[in-house]
Amino acid sequence: MIRYLIRRVLQGVFVLWAAYTLSFLILYLLPGDAATVAAAGGGDASSVDPALVVRLRHEYGLDEPLWLQYLHALGRALTGNFGDNVQTGQPALQAVVRVLPNTLELAAAALVLAIVIGFLVAIASTFPRAAWIRQLLAGLPPIGAAVPVFWIGLLLLQAFSFHLRWFPSLGDQGLRSLVLPAVTLSVPTGAYIAQLLARSLRLTLGRPYIEQVRAKGASEARVHFAHALRNAVLPTLTMVGVLVGNLLAGTVVTETVFSRTGVGRLVVQAVGDRDLPVVQVVVVFAAVAFVVSSLVVDLLYPFVDRRITLGRTAVAAA
Amino acid sequence: MSELLISETELVQPAGSEPDAAATAPRRGASARALAALRGAVRRPSLTLAVLAILLVLVWAVAPGLFTHWDPLVGDVSDRLQGPSVQHVFGTDNLGRDLWARVVYGAADSLASTALAVALALVVGSFFGLIAGFVRGWVDDAIMRVMDVVLAIPSVLLSLAIITALGFGTVNVAIAVGFASAASFARVMRSEVISISTALYVEAARASGVRWYTVLRRHVLPNSLGPVLALSALEFGTAVLAISSLSFLGFGAPPPAPEWGALISEGRNYLAIAWWLTTFPGLVIVAIVLAANRISHAVEKNGGTR
Repeated sequence: MIRYLIRRVLQGVFVLWAAYTLSFLILYLLPGDAATVAAAGGGDASSVDPALVVRLRHEYGLDEPLWLQYLHALGRALTGNFGDNVQTGQPALQAVVRVLPNTLELAAAALVLAIVIGFLVAIASTFPRAAWIRQLLAGLPPIGAAVPVFWIGLLLLQAFSFHLRWFPSLGDQGLRSLVLPAVTLSVPTGAYIAQLLARSLRLTLGRPYIEQVRAKGASEARVHFAHALRNAVLPTLTMVGVLVGNLLAGTVVTETVFSRTGVGRLVVQAVGDRDLPVVQVVVVFAAVAFVVSSLVVDLLYPFVDRRITLGRTAVAAA
Repeated sequence: MSELLISETELVQPAGSEPDAAATAPRRGASARALAALRGAVRRPSLTLAVLAILLVLVWAVAPGLFTHWDPLVGDVSDRLQGPSVQHVFGTDNLGRDLWARVVYGAADSLASTALAVALALVVGSFFGLIAGFVRGWVDDAIMRVMDVVLAIPSVLLSLAIITALGFGTVNVAIAVGFASAASFARVMRSEVISISTALYVEAARASGVRWYTVLRRHVLPNSLGPVLALSALEFGTAVLAISSLSFLGFGAPPPAPEWGALISEGRNYLAIAWWLTTFPGLVIVAIVLAANRISHAVEKNGGTR
C-alpha cells in the first residue's frame, strides 16, 4: 500500500514535470517575444523603443541559451515562481490562485449536476420496458456531446436571463449567478458520463449473473440498483481524471460567456495579452488537477470494487 | 476532407453491393445499383441524412453563390437586425447583412481549418505512432510517455498555449487544434502497428529478406491505416467544436470573416434583441458535428466487420 502510494506519487510528479516542460517548449520555443510585448505595455508593438526591448530581454533572461533559460525557469517554478505577469508585474501564480476558488466552485457545482444528469439519463435509457423510450433517451447524450458549450450558454442566457429574467446574466455573486454557468458546463460532461454509463449498463445487464437475479424473481428496480449499477459504474469511475480535465477546459468558454471571474477567463485574457507565465501556470494547474483526481479515484477504487486491492492493480492513469 | 469523401463512398458501397441484383441483371446494372443504393439509404435514414448534411456543407464551401444571392460582407443598414423572413431566412445582423449568406459563405473558412486540423493531427499522430510501434524499445517508451502527458492536459488549454506562441488567425487556430489532438492518433496508430508487425505475413516478409523500409511501406502502413481513418471522422466533429470555440473566444478569423464561431460571438452582443444571430449558426454547427459523429460510427462498425 505504502509502496503503491509512493510509486503513484512519483508518477504524478513525473507528469507534472513533463507538463511543465511541454508547456515551456511550446511557449518559449515557438516564435514570439515576451520582451516586445512588455515593452509595448499593451500599446502598439511597432512604436517600441528597441533599446528598452534589449534591456528587458536581458532582464527576463531571454538572451540566454534556451537550455539555460529552461533550467533557471524550472528551478524558479519549483519554488512556486512561474514568472510575473508581463503587463502588471504581478506574480503569475498569485494571479491564478486568487481566482481559483471561483472556478472550483463552478466546476464542483457542474460536476455534481453532470453526475446527477448523467446517471439519470443512463438509467432512464436502460430501465423502461418500452423500447422506443429507451431509444429516445439513448439519443440524448450524443446530442449533448455535439453541442458547443458556448452556444448552450448563450441560449440559456437568452431564455432565462433576458426573457424570463430568472437569473442574472453576468457576475459571480451569490448562488443565483451560479445556476446558469453550472448548467452550461454540466451538459458536455453529463453527456459523456451518460454515454459511458449507459454503454456499460447495457453490457452488464446482458451478463449471466443478471439473468440469474431475474430468474430468482427480482424486480427490475432491484436488478438495476442492487446488482447491475454497482458493476457498471466502474468503467465510468476510471474516467474521472479525464472528466475533471474536461470540466476545467469547459470553464474557459463558460466563464467567458457569463463574464465570471475565474481561471478560464484569466487564461483567455492571458492568451490575448501574450502573457506566457499565466498560460503556463494554468496548463500546469490542469495537469495537477488530472494527477490528483486520478490518484483519488484509484485510492477509492477498492471501496467500490472489493475484488481490487491496491498495490496489485496496474491502473496506468499517469 | 478527402477522408470523409472516401468514407462516404465506402458507406454507400454496402447498399450497392447486393450481389444477386447486379449479377442477374447485368444489362440493368446501373439502374439496379442505383435502386439498391436507394434501398440501403432508406434502410439507414439517419446515416443518409448525415452524409447528405456533410455533402451539403461541402457544396456550400465550394460554391456558396448557388445558395444565396446576398453578399456575406456587405449589407443594407436599413435592413439591420430583422428577424427570419422569406427574404432573409436566418434574419439579418447589426449591419443588415444576411445571416444565411454569412453562414453559407462561412462554411469554406470553417471547413478548411477543420480539415487542416484533422489532417495535421492525422499526419503528426500517425507518424509518431508508427515510429513508436515499429521501432519499440526506449523510443516507444519516450514517445508514448510524451503522448500520455499531452492527453493529461485538456486539449483546449494546449491549443490556447500554442495560440499564445503562434499568434491569432484561422490557420494558427487550426494548427493548435491539430497538434492538441495528435496524441490520440498516435495511440491508435501505435497499437495497430504493433499488432500488424507481429503478424505472420510481416514476419514472413522479414524472414525472406525484405528491407525494413519496404516492410513498413508495403505491409505495415497500408494495413494499419483503417482505424486511424475511422478516428479522423470522429475527430472531424471534435475539431469543428474546438475551432468554433476558439474563434468564439476571438482567436480565429478577424471580424468581417463569417467563420461560424465568430458569427455566434458577434451575435452575443444582441442576445436580448436578436435571438436568431446566435441560434442559427449554432444549429448548423450542431448538425455538422452530429453528422460527422454518425458517419464515424458507421465507419467504425464497417471496419469492425471486415
